[in-house]
Amino acid sequence: MSEQQPPATIEQFYKFCAEKKFMAVRCKRCGTLHLPPKPICRECYSNEMEWVELSGRGKIVTYTVIHVAPTQFVDMAPYAVAIVELDEGVKITGQVRDAKPEELKIGMEVVVDFEEAQGEGWPPWPRYFFKPAK
Amino acid sequence: MSGKPLVAIVTAGLAKFGKREGLYGRELFQEAAKEAFDRCPNLDPKKDIEATFVGMMAEGFEHQGHTGPTVNAWLGFAPKPAFRTESACASSSAALAFGMYAVMSGAYDVVLCGGIEKMTNRSTPEVTEFLATASDFPFEQWHGITFPGLFAMMATAYMHRYGATEEHLAHVAVKNHYYGARNPKAHMQIEVTLEKVLSSRYVAWPLKLFDCSLITDGASCVVITRPELARKFTDTPVYIIGHGAAQDNIALYDRDDLTTSRAAREAAQKAYKMAGVEPKDIDVAEVHDCFTIAEIIAYEDLGFCGRGEGKDLVAEGQTYVGGKIPVNTSGGLKAKGHPVGATGTGQIYDIYKQLIGEAGPRQVPGAEIGLTHNLGGSAASAMVWILKRGD
Ligand SMILES: [Zn+2]
Repeated sequence: MSEQQPPATIEQFYKFCAEKKFMAVRCKRCGTLHLPPKPICRECYSNEMEWVELSGRGKIVTYTVIHVAPTQFVDMAPYAVAIVELDEGVKITGQVRDAKPEELKIGMEVVVDFEEAQGEGWPPWPRYFFKPAK
Repeated sequence: MSGKPLVAIVTAGLAKFGKREGLYGRELFQEAAKEAFDRCPNLDPKKDIEATFVGMMAEGFEHQGHTGPTVNAWLGFAPKPAFRTESACASSSAALAFGMYAVMSGAYDVVLCGGIEKMTNRSTPEVTEFLATASDFPFEQWHGITFPGLFAMMATAYMHRYGATEEHLAHVAVKNHYYGARNPKAHMQIEVTLEKVLSSRYVAWPLKLFDCSLITDGASCVVITRPELARKFTDTPVYIIGHGAAQDNIALYDRDDLTTSRAAREAAQKAYKMAGVEPKDIDVAEVHDCFTIAEIIAYEDLGFCGRGEGKDLVAEGQTYVGGKIPVNTSGGLKAKGHPVGATGTGQIYDIYKQLIGEAGPRQVPGAEIGLTHNLGGSAASAMVWILKRGD
Protein backbone atom coordinates (compact mmCIF):
# COMPACT_ATOMS: atom_id res chain seq x y z
CA MET A 1 0.00 0.00 0.00
CA SER A 2 1.30 3.41 -0.94
CA GLU A 3 -0.63 5.46 1.63
CA GLN A 4 -1.10 4.37 5.24
CA GLN A 5 -4.76 3.54 5.98
CA PRO A 6 -6.08 3.17 9.54
CA PRO A 7 -6.98 -0.51 10.20
CA ALA A 8 -10.34 -1.54 8.70
CA THR A 9 -11.74 -2.60 12.06
CA ILE A 10 -14.84 -2.11 14.18
CA GLU A 11 -12.70 -0.29 16.73
CA GLN A 12 -11.54 2.17 14.07
CA PHE A 13 -15.15 2.67 12.87
CA TYR A 14 -16.09 3.90 16.35
CA LYS A 15 -12.96 6.06 16.58
CA PHE A 16 -14.25 7.80 13.46
CA CYS A 17 -17.65 8.15 15.16
CA ALA A 18 -15.86 10.08 17.92
CA GLU A 19 -14.73 12.46 15.14
CA LYS A 20 -18.36 12.59 13.89
CA LYS A 21 -17.47 10.72 10.71
CA PHE A 22 -19.67 7.84 9.45
CA MET A 23 -17.23 5.60 7.60
CA ALA A 24 -17.24 2.34 5.68
CA VAL A 25 -14.45 0.49 3.89
CA ARG A 26 -14.19 -0.42 0.24
CA CYS A 27 -12.25 -3.45 -0.99
CA LYS A 28 -9.60 -2.21 -3.38
CA ARG A 29 -9.60 -5.49 -5.27
CA CYS A 30 -13.31 -6.26 -5.86
CA GLY A 31 -14.90 -2.93 -4.97
CA THR A 32 -17.33 -4.27 -2.35
CA LEU A 33 -18.40 -1.63 0.18
CA HIS A 34 -18.42 -2.99 3.74
CA LEU A 35 -20.46 -1.59 6.62
CA PRO A 36 -19.50 -2.70 9.25
CA PRO A 37 -15.88 -2.54 8.10
CA LYS A 38 -13.91 -5.76 7.85
CA PRO A 39 -10.11 -6.06 7.83
CA ILE A 40 -10.41 -8.76 5.16
CA CYS A 41 -12.98 -8.68 2.35
CA ARG A 42 -15.54 -11.47 2.77
CA GLU A 43 -16.10 -11.63 -0.98
CA CYS A 44 -12.52 -11.95 -2.31
CA TYR A 45 -10.43 -12.17 0.92
CA SER A 46 -8.21 -9.26 -0.05
CA ASN A 47 -6.81 -7.29 2.88
CA GLU A 48 -6.40 -4.10 0.90
CA MET A 49 -9.24 -1.95 2.14
CA GLU A 50 -9.72 1.81 2.01
CA TRP A 51 -11.89 3.97 4.24
CA VAL A 52 -14.62 6.01 2.56
CA GLU A 53 -16.93 8.50 4.24
CA LEU A 54 -20.64 7.77 3.80
CA SER A 55 -23.24 10.43 3.10
CA GLY A 56 -24.97 9.53 6.36
CA ARG A 57 -28.32 9.73 4.56
CA GLY A 58 -30.65 6.78 4.21
CA LYS A 59 -34.11 5.31 4.58
CA ILE A 60 -35.71 3.21 7.30
CA VAL A 61 -36.04 -0.44 6.18
CA THR A 62 -37.81 -1.58 9.34
CA TYR A 63 -38.06 -0.47 12.96
CA THR A 64 -39.30 -1.19 16.47
CA VAL A 65 -39.84 0.72 19.69
CA ILE A 66 -38.15 -0.95 22.65
CA HIS A 67 -40.20 -0.81 25.85
CA VAL A 68 -38.50 -3.60 27.83
CA ALA A 69 -34.81 -2.74 27.67
CA PRO A 70 -31.58 -4.47 28.72
CA THR A 71 -30.08 -3.32 32.03
CA GLN A 72 -27.87 -0.67 30.49
CA PHE A 73 -30.72 0.95 28.54
CA VAL A 74 -33.55 0.81 31.09
CA ASP A 75 -33.45 4.57 31.70
CA MET A 76 -33.77 5.37 27.99
CA ALA A 77 -36.89 3.24 27.30
CA PRO A 78 -39.03 3.58 25.31
CA TYR A 79 -36.68 4.22 22.38
CA ALA A 80 -36.82 3.46 18.66
CA VAL A 81 -34.34 1.22 16.84
CA ALA A 82 -34.29 0.84 13.08
CA ILE A 83 -32.39 -0.82 10.29
CA VAL A 84 -31.38 1.93 7.89
CA GLU A 85 -30.28 1.46 4.29
CA LEU A 86 -27.77 4.17 3.48
CA ASP A 87 -27.82 5.90 0.08
CA GLU A 88 -24.66 3.91 -0.74
CA GLY A 89 -26.66 0.65 -0.45
CA VAL A 90 -25.29 -0.72 2.83
CA LYS A 91 -27.50 -1.32 5.88
CA ILE A 92 -26.91 -0.87 9.60
CA THR A 93 -28.89 -0.86 12.85
CA GLY A 94 -29.16 2.22 15.03
CA GLN A 95 -31.47 4.18 17.27
CA VAL A 96 -33.77 6.79 15.78
CA ARG A 97 -33.98 9.88 17.98
CA ASP A 98 -35.74 13.24 17.75
CA ALA A 99 -38.87 11.60 16.36
CA LYS A 100 -42.10 10.46 17.98
CA PRO A 101 -42.59 6.69 17.62
CA GLU A 102 -45.88 7.22 15.76
CA GLU A 103 -44.08 9.39 13.18
CA LEU A 104 -41.76 6.56 12.16
CA LYS A 105 -42.48 4.59 9.04
CA ILE A 106 -40.77 2.30 6.57
CA GLY A 107 -39.16 4.39 3.84
CA MET A 108 -38.75 7.46 6.07
CA GLU A 109 -35.62 9.49 5.26
CA VAL A 110 -33.09 9.83 8.06
CA VAL A 111 -29.62 11.26 8.61
CA VAL A 112 -26.88 10.10 10.93
CA ASP A 113 -25.71 12.00 14.00
CA PHE A 114 -23.35 11.17 16.85
CA GLU A 115 -23.28 11.07 20.62
CA GLU A 116 -20.47 12.88 22.34
CA ALA A 117 -17.43 10.62 22.74
CA GLN A 118 -17.38 8.51 25.87
CA GLY A 119 -14.25 7.86 27.86
CA GLU A 120 -15.34 5.43 30.53
CA GLY A 121 -16.17 1.76 30.66
CA TRP A 122 -15.85 -0.94 28.06
CA PRO A 123 -16.06 -0.43 25.18
CA PRO A 124 -15.54 3.37 25.19
CA TRP A 125 -17.50 3.81 21.99
CA PRO A 126 -19.62 6.86 21.16
CA ARG A 127 -22.84 5.79 19.45
CA TYR A 128 -24.02 7.00 16.08
CA PHE A 129 -27.80 7.35 15.76
CA PHE A 130 -30.30 8.48 13.16
CA LYS A 131 -32.79 11.35 13.14
CA PRO A 132 -35.41 12.49 10.65
CA ALA A 133 -33.97 14.24 7.59
CA LYS A 134 -35.13 17.84 7.50
CA MET B 1 -30.61 -42.16 1.24
CA SER B 2 -34.21 -40.90 1.03
CA GLY B 3 -36.27 -41.79 4.09
CA LYS B 4 -33.63 -44.07 5.54
CA PRO B 5 -33.49 -43.89 9.34
CA LEU B 6 -30.41 -41.98 10.43
CA VAL B 7 -30.67 -42.85 14.12
CA ALA B 8 -33.39 -44.10 16.47
CA ILE B 9 -34.76 -42.30 19.49
CA VAL B 10 -35.36 -44.98 22.11
CA THR B 11 -36.54 -42.77 24.96
CA ALA B 12 -36.97 -39.13 25.94
CA GLY B 13 -37.53 -37.02 29.03
CA LEU B 14 -38.55 -33.49 29.90
CA ALA B 15 -38.31 -31.74 33.26
CA LYS B 16 -41.50 -29.76 33.80
CA PHE B 17 -41.00 -26.31 32.25
CA GLY B 18 -41.74 -23.34 34.47
CA LYS B 19 -40.46 -21.25 37.32
CA ARG B 20 -38.61 -24.04 39.09
CA GLU B 21 -37.61 -22.14 42.18
CA GLY B 22 -34.79 -23.60 44.23
CA LEU B 23 -33.59 -25.97 41.52
CA TYR B 24 -30.32 -25.72 39.61
CA GLY B 25 -30.09 -26.50 35.88
CA ARG B 26 -28.17 -29.71 36.53
CA GLU B 27 -30.94 -30.88 38.87
CA LEU B 28 -33.52 -30.22 36.16
CA PHE B 29 -31.37 -32.23 33.76
CA GLN B 30 -31.46 -35.10 36.25
CA GLU B 31 -35.25 -34.86 36.27
CA ALA B 32 -35.40 -35.06 32.46
CA ALA B 33 -32.90 -37.93 32.35
CA LYS B 34 -34.76 -39.87 35.04
CA GLU B 35 -37.97 -39.74 33.02
CA ALA B 36 -36.08 -40.99 29.97
CA PHE B 37 -34.40 -43.78 31.94
CA ASP B 38 -37.59 -44.81 33.76
CA ARG B 39 -39.56 -45.18 30.55
CA CYS B 40 -36.88 -47.42 29.05
CA PRO B 41 -36.21 -50.32 31.45
CA ASN B 42 -34.07 -52.16 28.89
CA LEU B 43 -31.58 -49.30 28.93
CA ASP B 44 -28.80 -49.50 31.53
CA PRO B 45 -27.75 -45.82 31.52
CA LYS B 46 -24.30 -46.20 33.07
CA LYS B 47 -23.44 -49.19 30.90
CA ASP B 48 -25.12 -48.35 27.61
CA ILE B 49 -24.75 -44.57 27.29
CA GLU B 50 -21.26 -43.87 26.00
CA ALA B 51 -21.30 -40.07 25.72
CA THR B 52 -23.47 -37.05 26.51
CA PHE B 53 -24.11 -34.00 24.34
CA VAL B 54 -25.72 -31.12 26.22
CA GLY B 55 -26.79 -27.73 24.92
CA MET B 56 -26.81 -24.59 27.06
CA MET B 57 -26.77 -21.00 25.93
CA ALA B 58 -25.55 -18.72 28.71
CA GLU B 59 -23.24 -19.22 31.68
CA GLY B 60 -24.43 -15.94 33.16
CA PHE B 61 -27.73 -17.25 34.50
CA GLU B 62 -26.17 -19.61 37.03
CA HIS B 63 -22.58 -18.44 36.88
CA GLN B 64 -21.90 -21.93 35.59
CA GLY B 65 -19.99 -22.91 32.50
CA HIS B 66 -18.37 -26.26 31.70
CA THR B 67 -21.78 -27.87 31.39
CA GLY B 68 -20.53 -31.28 30.21
CA PRO B 69 -18.77 -32.37 33.38
CA THR B 70 -21.42 -30.62 35.48
CA VAL B 71 -24.22 -32.84 34.20
CA ASN B 72 -21.85 -35.83 34.15
CA ALA B 73 -21.26 -35.42 37.87
CA TRP B 74 -24.98 -35.37 38.66
CA LEU B 75 -25.72 -38.34 36.38
CA GLY B 76 -22.80 -40.43 37.65
CA PHE B 77 -21.43 -40.72 34.12
CA ALA B 78 -17.81 -39.69 34.74
CA PRO B 79 -15.30 -40.42 33.22
CA LYS B 80 -17.36 -40.78 30.03
CA PRO B 81 -17.14 -37.80 27.69
CA ALA B 82 -19.76 -35.06 27.91
CA PHE B 83 -19.69 -32.28 25.35
CA ARG B 84 -21.47 -28.94 25.51
CA THR B 85 -22.90 -27.24 22.43
CA GLU B 86 -23.94 -23.60 22.07
CA SER B 87 -26.12 -22.26 19.29
CA ALA B 88 -28.22 -19.76 21.25
CA CYS B 89 -31.85 -20.98 21.39
CA ALA B 90 -30.94 -23.93 19.14
CA SER B 91 -28.24 -25.20 21.51
CA SER B 92 -29.86 -28.57 22.21
CA SER B 93 -30.73 -29.15 18.55
CA ALA B 94 -26.99 -28.70 18.04
CA ALA B 95 -26.39 -31.26 20.83
CA LEU B 96 -28.67 -33.71 19.04
CA ALA B 97 -26.95 -33.02 15.73
CA PHE B 98 -23.48 -33.67 17.12
CA GLY B 99 -24.72 -36.73 18.99
CA MET B 100 -26.31 -38.05 15.82
CA TYR B 101 -23.18 -37.39 13.76
CA ALA B 102 -21.14 -39.22 16.42
CA VAL B 103 -23.43 -42.26 16.29
CA MET B 104 -23.54 -42.23 12.48
CA SER B 105 -19.75 -42.02 12.35
CA GLY B 106 -19.50 -45.18 14.41
CA ALA B 107 -17.79 -43.43 17.32
CA TYR B 108 -20.56 -44.47 19.72
CA ASP B 109 -23.61 -46.75 19.66
CA VAL B 110 -25.73 -45.01 22.30
CA VAL B 111 -25.61 -41.36 23.39
CA LEU B 112 -27.66 -38.98 25.53
CA CYS B 113 -28.49 -35.62 23.89
CA GLY B 114 -30.26 -32.80 25.65
CA GLY B 115 -30.21 -29.29 26.95
CA ILE B 116 -30.72 -27.11 30.01
CA GLU B 117 -31.31 -23.50 30.91
CA LYS B 118 -32.04 -21.96 34.28
CA MET B 119 -33.39 -18.45 33.76
CA THR B 120 -36.00 -17.38 36.32
CA ASN B 121 -33.46 -16.63 39.05
CA ARG B 122 -32.59 -13.44 37.11
CA SER B 123 -34.45 -10.14 36.64
CA THR B 124 -36.09 -9.39 33.29
CA PRO B 125 -33.46 -6.75 32.32
CA GLU B 126 -30.68 -9.27 33.12
CA VAL B 127 -32.37 -12.03 31.10
CA THR B 128 -32.90 -9.55 28.26
CA GLU B 129 -29.22 -8.65 28.38
CA PHE B 130 -28.00 -12.29 28.49
CA LEU B 131 -30.25 -13.32 25.60
CA ALA B 132 -29.16 -10.30 23.57
CA THR B 133 -25.63 -11.73 23.52
CA ALA B 134 -26.85 -14.00 20.71
CA SER B 135 -27.08 -10.89 18.50
CA ASP B 136 -24.26 -8.77 17.07
CA PHE B 137 -22.59 -6.86 19.92
CA PRO B 138 -21.04 -3.79 18.26
CA PHE B 139 -23.91 -2.90 15.91
CA GLU B 140 -27.05 -4.37 17.56
CA GLN B 141 -26.61 -4.79 21.32
CA TRP B 142 -24.58 -1.59 21.60
CA HIS B 143 -27.56 0.31 20.22
CA GLY B 144 -30.02 -1.15 22.70
CA ILE B 145 -31.61 -3.85 20.59
CA THR B 146 -33.24 -6.78 22.35
CA PHE B 147 -34.50 -10.13 21.10
CA PRO B 148 -38.11 -9.01 21.14
CA GLY B 149 -36.80 -5.95 19.26
CA LEU B 150 -35.15 -8.04 16.53
CA PHE B 151 -38.28 -10.12 15.94
CA ALA B 152 -40.35 -6.93 16.17
CA MET B 153 -38.33 -5.54 13.26
CA MET B 154 -39.16 -8.71 11.30
CA ALA B 155 -42.82 -8.28 12.28
CA THR B 156 -42.83 -4.64 11.11
CA ALA B 157 -41.37 -5.70 7.76
CA TYR B 158 -43.80 -8.63 7.40
CA MET B 159 -46.86 -6.57 8.34
CA HIS B 160 -45.83 -3.84 5.92
CA ARG B 161 -45.33 -6.23 3.02
CA TYR B 162 -48.29 -8.57 3.52
CA GLY B 163 -50.83 -6.43 5.34
CA ALA B 164 -50.73 -8.57 8.48
CA THR B 165 -52.09 -7.05 11.69
CA GLU B 166 -51.41 -7.39 15.39
CA GLU B 167 -54.59 -9.49 15.47
CA HIS B 168 -53.04 -12.05 13.11
CA LEU B 169 -50.10 -12.35 15.51
CA ALA B 170 -52.47 -12.70 18.45
CA HIS B 171 -54.08 -15.80 16.94
CA VAL B 172 -50.76 -17.64 17.40
CA ALA B 173 -50.75 -16.83 21.12
CA VAL B 174 -54.38 -17.89 21.57
CA LYS B 175 -53.76 -21.25 19.86
CA ASN B 176 -50.56 -22.01 21.73
CA HIS B 177 -52.08 -21.12 25.09
CA TYR B 178 -55.05 -23.37 24.24
CA TYR B 179 -52.61 -26.28 24.04
CA GLY B 180 -50.43 -25.08 26.92
CA ALA B 181 -53.54 -25.22 29.12
CA ARG B 182 -53.78 -28.93 28.27
CA ASN B 183 -50.10 -29.80 28.80
CA PRO B 184 -49.22 -30.66 32.41
CA LYS B 185 -45.55 -29.94 31.65
CA ALA B 186 -46.20 -26.44 30.25
CA HIS B 187 -45.04 -23.32 32.05
CA MET B 188 -48.28 -21.36 31.56
CA GLN B 189 -51.29 -23.66 31.66
CA ILE B 190 -53.91 -21.03 30.95
CA GLU B 191 -56.01 -20.13 27.93
CA VAL B 192 -56.01 -16.53 26.77
CA THR B 193 -58.49 -14.60 24.66
CA LEU B 194 -57.70 -12.53 21.59
CA GLU B 195 -58.70 -9.44 23.60
CA LYS B 196 -56.30 -10.29 26.40
CA VAL B 197 -53.41 -10.70 23.96
CA LEU B 198 -54.26 -7.49 22.12
CA SER B 199 -54.58 -5.46 25.32
CA SER B 200 -51.26 -6.60 26.80
CA ARG B 201 -48.50 -4.01 27.06
CA TYR B 202 -45.84 -3.50 24.41
CA VAL B 203 -42.47 -5.16 24.93
CA ALA B 204 -41.04 -4.08 21.57
CA TRP B 205 -43.64 -2.53 19.28
CA PRO B 206 -45.48 -4.16 17.49
CA LEU B 207 -44.91 -7.14 19.81
CA LYS B 208 -46.74 -7.21 23.11
CA LEU B 209 -46.25 -9.27 26.24
CA PHE B 210 -48.48 -12.08 24.94
CA ASP B 211 -46.58 -12.19 21.64
CA CYS B 212 -43.46 -13.20 23.56
CA SER B 213 -42.34 -16.60 24.79
CA LEU B 214 -41.69 -17.07 28.47
CA ILE B 215 -38.64 -16.83 30.68
CA THR B 216 -38.54 -20.42 31.81
CA ASP B 217 -36.43 -23.01 33.63
CA GLY B 218 -36.20 -26.40 32.00
CA ALA B 219 -34.28 -29.40 30.75
CA SER B 220 -34.92 -32.04 28.12
CA CYS B 221 -33.17 -35.06 26.65
CA VAL B 222 -33.39 -38.00 24.29
CA VAL B 223 -31.37 -41.21 24.03
CA ILE B 224 -30.40 -42.14 20.49
CA THR B 225 -28.79 -45.19 18.97
CA ARG B 226 -28.09 -46.83 15.63
CA PRO B 227 -31.39 -47.86 13.98
CA GLU B 228 -30.50 -51.56 14.01
CA LEU B 229 -30.00 -51.49 17.80
CA ALA B 230 -33.28 -49.72 18.60
CA ARG B 231 -35.40 -52.82 19.27
CA LYS B 232 -32.92 -53.94 21.91
CA PHE B 233 -34.13 -51.02 24.01
CA THR B 234 -37.75 -50.40 23.06
CA ASP B 235 -40.74 -51.67 21.10
CA THR B 236 -41.70 -48.12 20.13
CA PRO B 237 -38.66 -46.50 18.49
CA VAL B 238 -39.01 -43.22 16.66
CA TYR B 239 -36.57 -42.65 13.83
CA ILE B 240 -34.88 -39.46 12.74
CA ILE B 241 -35.20 -39.57 8.94
CA GLY B 242 -34.35 -36.00 8.02
CA HIS B 243 -32.11 -33.27 9.37
CA GLY B 244 -31.06 -29.89 8.10
CA ALA B 245 -28.87 -27.24 9.71
CA ALA B 246 -28.11 -23.81 8.31
CA GLN B 247 -26.78 -20.47 9.43
CA ASP B 248 -27.34 -16.92 8.24
CA ASN B 249 -25.24 -13.84 9.02
CA ILE B 250 -25.39 -12.98 12.73
CA ALA B 251 -26.98 -9.53 12.38
CA LEU B 252 -30.40 -8.67 11.04
CA TYR B 253 -29.04 -5.66 9.12
CA ASP B 254 -26.87 -8.12 7.20
CA ARG B 255 -29.79 -9.98 5.57
CA ASP B 256 -31.63 -9.26 2.35
CA ASP B 257 -35.19 -10.18 3.33
CA LEU B 258 -36.56 -9.71 6.83
CA THR B 259 -39.91 -11.41 6.14
CA THR B 260 -38.38 -14.90 6.00
CA SER B 261 -35.49 -16.89 7.47
CA ARG B 262 -33.02 -17.98 4.82
CA ALA B 263 -31.45 -20.33 7.36
CA ALA B 264 -34.78 -22.01 8.16
CA ARG B 265 -35.70 -22.42 4.50
CA GLU B 266 -32.31 -23.93 3.73
CA ALA B 267 -32.51 -26.28 6.74
CA ALA B 268 -36.05 -27.33 5.81
CA GLN B 269 -35.13 -28.08 2.20
CA LYS B 270 -32.22 -30.24 3.31
CA ALA B 271 -34.36 -32.10 5.85
CA TYR B 272 -37.25 -32.75 3.44
CA LYS B 273 -34.87 -33.97 0.76
CA MET B 274 -33.06 -36.29 3.16
CA ALA B 275 -36.34 -37.67 4.51
CA GLY B 276 -37.87 -38.02 1.08
CA VAL B 277 -41.06 -36.27 2.23
CA GLU B 278 -42.89 -33.06 1.39
CA PRO B 279 -44.53 -30.49 3.64
CA LYS B 280 -47.95 -32.08 3.03
CA ASP B 281 -46.69 -35.38 4.50
CA ILE B 282 -46.05 -33.82 7.94
CA ASP B 283 -48.73 -34.82 10.46
CA VAL B 284 -47.64 -32.60 13.36
CA ALA B 285 -44.98 -29.94 13.88
CA GLU B 286 -43.31 -28.08 16.73
CA VAL B 287 -41.99 -24.75 15.48
CA HIS B 288 -39.91 -22.04 17.11
CA ASP B 289 -42.52 -19.51 18.27
CA CYS B 290 -40.15 -17.45 20.40
CA PHE B 291 -42.41 -14.62 19.23
CA THR B 292 -45.77 -14.98 17.48
CA ILE B 293 -44.39 -13.54 14.23
CA ALA B 294 -41.76 -16.30 14.17
CA GLU B 295 -44.45 -19.00 14.04
CA ILE B 296 -46.18 -17.31 11.09
CA ILE B 297 -42.90 -17.00 9.20
CA ALA B 298 -42.07 -20.63 10.12
CA TYR B 299 -45.25 -21.88 8.38
CA GLU B 300 -44.01 -20.24 5.20
CA ASP B 301 -40.35 -21.25 5.54
CA LEU B 302 -41.43 -24.88 6.12
CA GLY B 303 -43.70 -24.85 3.07
CA PHE B 304 -46.97 -25.36 5.00
CA CYS B 305 -48.30 -22.40 2.98
CA GLY B 306 -47.02 -19.80 0.53
CA ARG B 307 -45.18 -16.57 1.35
CA GLY B 308 -47.51 -14.06 2.97
CA GLU B 309 -50.14 -16.74 3.69
CA GLY B 310 -48.97 -17.73 7.19
CA LYS B 311 -51.07 -15.00 8.78
CA ASP B 312 -54.22 -16.50 7.22
CA LEU B 313 -53.29 -20.10 8.01
CA VAL B 314 -53.35 -19.35 11.74
CA ALA B 315 -56.33 -16.98 11.61
CA GLU B 316 -58.38 -19.69 9.87
CA GLY B 317 -57.53 -22.22 12.58
CA GLN B 318 -55.66 -24.49 10.19
CA THR B 319 -52.83 -25.10 12.68
CA TYR B 320 -55.04 -26.64 15.39
CA VAL B 321 -55.47 -30.42 15.65
CA GLY B 322 -57.95 -31.27 12.90
CA GLY B 323 -56.66 -28.48 10.66
CA LYS B 324 -54.37 -28.66 7.68
CA ILE B 325 -51.22 -28.95 9.83
CA PRO B 326 -51.33 -28.99 13.65
CA VAL B 327 -48.51 -26.83 15.02
CA ASN B 328 -47.24 -26.50 18.58
CA THR B 329 -49.68 -28.87 20.25
CA SER B 330 -47.31 -28.72 23.26
CA GLY B 331 -48.14 -25.06 23.76
CA GLY B 332 -44.94 -24.06 21.99
CA LEU B 333 -42.31 -21.72 23.34
CA LYS B 334 -45.19 -19.33 23.94
CA ALA B 335 -47.03 -21.35 26.60
CA LYS B 336 -44.97 -24.48 27.25
CA GLY B 337 -42.03 -22.11 27.78
CA HIS B 338 -38.62 -21.31 26.35
CA PRO B 339 -35.70 -22.38 28.55
CA VAL B 340 -33.47 -21.59 25.62
CA GLY B 341 -30.87 -24.36 25.86
CA ALA B 342 -33.56 -26.97 26.56
CA THR B 343 -35.94 -25.93 23.80
CA GLY B 344 -34.60 -27.93 20.84
CA THR B 345 -34.71 -31.39 22.39
CA GLY B 346 -37.85 -30.26 24.24
CA GLN B 347 -39.53 -29.95 20.84
CA ILE B 348 -38.18 -33.38 19.90
CA TYR B 349 -39.66 -34.75 23.15
CA ASP B 350 -43.12 -33.50 22.25
CA ILE B 351 -43.01 -34.87 18.70
CA TYR B 352 -41.72 -38.17 20.12
CA LYS B 353 -44.73 -38.28 22.45
CA GLN B 354 -47.09 -37.54 19.54
CA LEU B 355 -45.57 -40.30 17.42
CA ILE B 356 -45.80 -42.94 20.16
CA GLY B 357 -49.39 -41.86 20.84
CA GLU B 358 -48.87 -40.41 24.32
CA ALA B 359 -49.92 -36.80 23.75
CA GLY B 360 -53.20 -37.24 25.64
CA PRO B 361 -55.86 -34.61 24.91
CA ARG B 362 -53.47 -32.95 22.43
CA GLN B 363 -52.94 -36.11 20.38
CA VAL B 364 -52.99 -35.83 16.60
CA PRO B 365 -54.81 -39.07 15.65
CA GLY B 366 -52.54 -41.51 13.82
CA ALA B 367 -49.55 -39.17 13.63
CA GLU B 368 -46.73 -40.93 11.77
CA ILE B 369 -44.38 -38.17 10.63
CA GLY B 370 -43.48 -35.14 12.71
CA LEU B 371 -41.19 -32.14 12.31
CA THR B 372 -39.38 -29.73 14.57
CA HIS B 373 -38.07 -26.27 13.61
CA ASN B 374 -35.64 -24.67 16.05
CA LEU B 375 -34.10 -21.23 15.59
CA GLY B 376 -31.06 -19.75 17.29
CA GLY B 377 -30.87 -16.02 17.87
CA SER B 378 -32.69 -13.88 15.34
CA ALA B 379 -32.96 -16.96 13.08
CA ALA B 380 -29.22 -16.76 12.44
CA SER B 381 -29.18 -20.48 13.24
CA ALA B 382 -31.84 -22.95 12.18
CA MET B 383 -32.28 -26.68 12.51
CA VAL B 384 -35.10 -28.77 11.15
CA TRP B 385 -35.71 -32.39 12.18
CA ILE B 386 -38.08 -34.92 10.62
CA LEU B 387 -39.12 -37.89 12.75
CA LYS B 388 -41.01 -41.02 11.80
CA ARG B 389 -42.80 -43.53 13.98
CA GLY B 390 -41.34 -47.07 13.89
CA ASP B 391 -43.58 -49.63 12.21
ZN1 LIG C 1 -13.01 -7.87 -2.16
